[in-house]
Amino acid sequence: MIQITNVSKHYGSFQVLKDCSTSVSKGEVIVVCGPSGSGKSTLIKCVNGLEPFQAGEIIVDGTSVGDPKTNLSKLRARVGMVFQNFELFPHMSITQNLAIAQVKVLGRSQDEAMDKGLKLLDRVGLKAQADKFPGQLSGGQQQRVAIARALAMDPICMLFDEPTSALDPEMVNEVLDVMTELAHEGMTMMCVTHEMGFARRVADRVIFMDQGAIVEDDDKETFFANPRSQRAQNFLAKILHH
Amino acid sequence: MIYEFDWSSIPGALPFLWDGMKISLVITAQAVVVGIVWGTILAMMRLSSIKPLSWFAAGYVNLFRAIPLVMVLLWFFLIVPEFVGQLFNIPKGTDLRLSSAMAGFALFEAAYYSEIIRAGIQSVPKGQIAAASALGMTYGQSMRLVVLPQAFRNMVPLLLTQAIILFQDTSLVYVSALADFFGAAYKVGDRDGRLVELLLFAGAVYFVICFSASQLVKRLQKKYTPA
Repeated sequence: MIQITNVSKHYGSFQVLKDCSTSVSKGEVIVVCGPSGSGKSTLIKCVNGLEPFQAGEIIVDGTSVGDPKTNLSKLRARVGMVFQNFELFPHMSITQNLAIAQVKVLGRSQDEAMDKGLKLLDRVGLKAQADKFPGQLSGGQQQRVAIARALAMDPICMLFDEPTSALDPEMVNEVLDVMTELAHEGMTMMCVTHEMGFARRVADRVIFMDQGAIVEDDDKETFFANPRSQRAQNFLAKILHH
Repeated sequence: MIYEFDWSSIPGALPFLWDGMKISLVITAQAVVVGIVWGTILAMMRLSSIKPLSWFAAGYVNLFRAIPLVMVLLWFFLIVPEFVGQLFNIPKGTDLRLSSAMAGFALFEAAYYSEIIRAGIQSVPKGQIAAASALGMTYGQSMRLVVLPQAFRNMVPLLLTQAIILFQDTSLVYVSALADFFGAAYKVGDRDGRLVELLLFAGAVYFVICFSASQLVKRLQKKYTPA
């Protein structure tokens, strides 16, 4: 589904990604973790071409992301993405947020898009909020709407960029529950997150990044039981001890 | 000797002054509309990654912001009609004063509007464009559907304030002998030898209109600024 081969990226002379290779197969759930500044968000943004990269290749469902001939908008319409800061459109109601891209990008009718949007809203438990505006919802609710908005496009896979980092602690679980449910339904997912509990419960594989490189790429049992690298061990020790 | 005010020539001149006011309002309205549309295009060019577009917009804005408005109006009054007249075969002697004044204002104000709009576009968080792109929207769609609506909502007070300034600036069309409100007042005062009264009256009218308009903008701003 997603094939990342030898991807490197620089900002000027600073190298953000160093020769990263990994792959995500259909139905797999991958958690990407690592200290801040390790390049994990950048890597996930390369997958749908939000961040350009200078070397290497990323293939998503047979389409090369880095190829200048690729219609990126078309590809992105099929790859769902959820952001740290939700990025709902504040000038639109919740239903409009859910419908706009379905109508403008996929060419669905307004009724069809509304229908689909409301169904997904129900699924994330927010049907009652349909006519409100993003500013009237809590962070956790906004993030669930953002997930529903991405799902409304019928994506072939979902990218999560630190979906719970901007949330108050008591709201983290409501978002993780939605993600867990999604994973159990067989959605292909690549999640940048610090939620190791979620990784333990849901992930098939864990990727650990440090200083722009993929240091560890293991199935979760191996990763949590005996990580090979010192850096991953240190990271786990810090993050699991509180 | 104390100056003796005589306001008697004003009541009779009111219809003529009202005609002048209509011209001022028409010029203001069209310059605001054209200025915002052209200003938006300029702002998007300026922010574009296509260098020649960005250079053109930057050059345009810097040029017009570095020239006094009176000068622009005089050019459009004295020089441009000659060219346009020849280009479109407009008979000599056609009164192009209003059209040239409107064109001058619109092009001049677009430079100012484009700077306001550029700041407005930049005030929308980058993540919004990322989210729109991630949903498969093209750059044009994300601008039109996501960024510009938010930008304009943030900018309304500034755009209105600029419109008030523009309304005051319309008085400068007197250089082309066009009878806008100020021009009309001047003509009446000149005719009746009551220039002082007429100019004081005109000043008072400008003050009342602009002051109440800016109070209104302030209240709007209070109402719509998120707490």
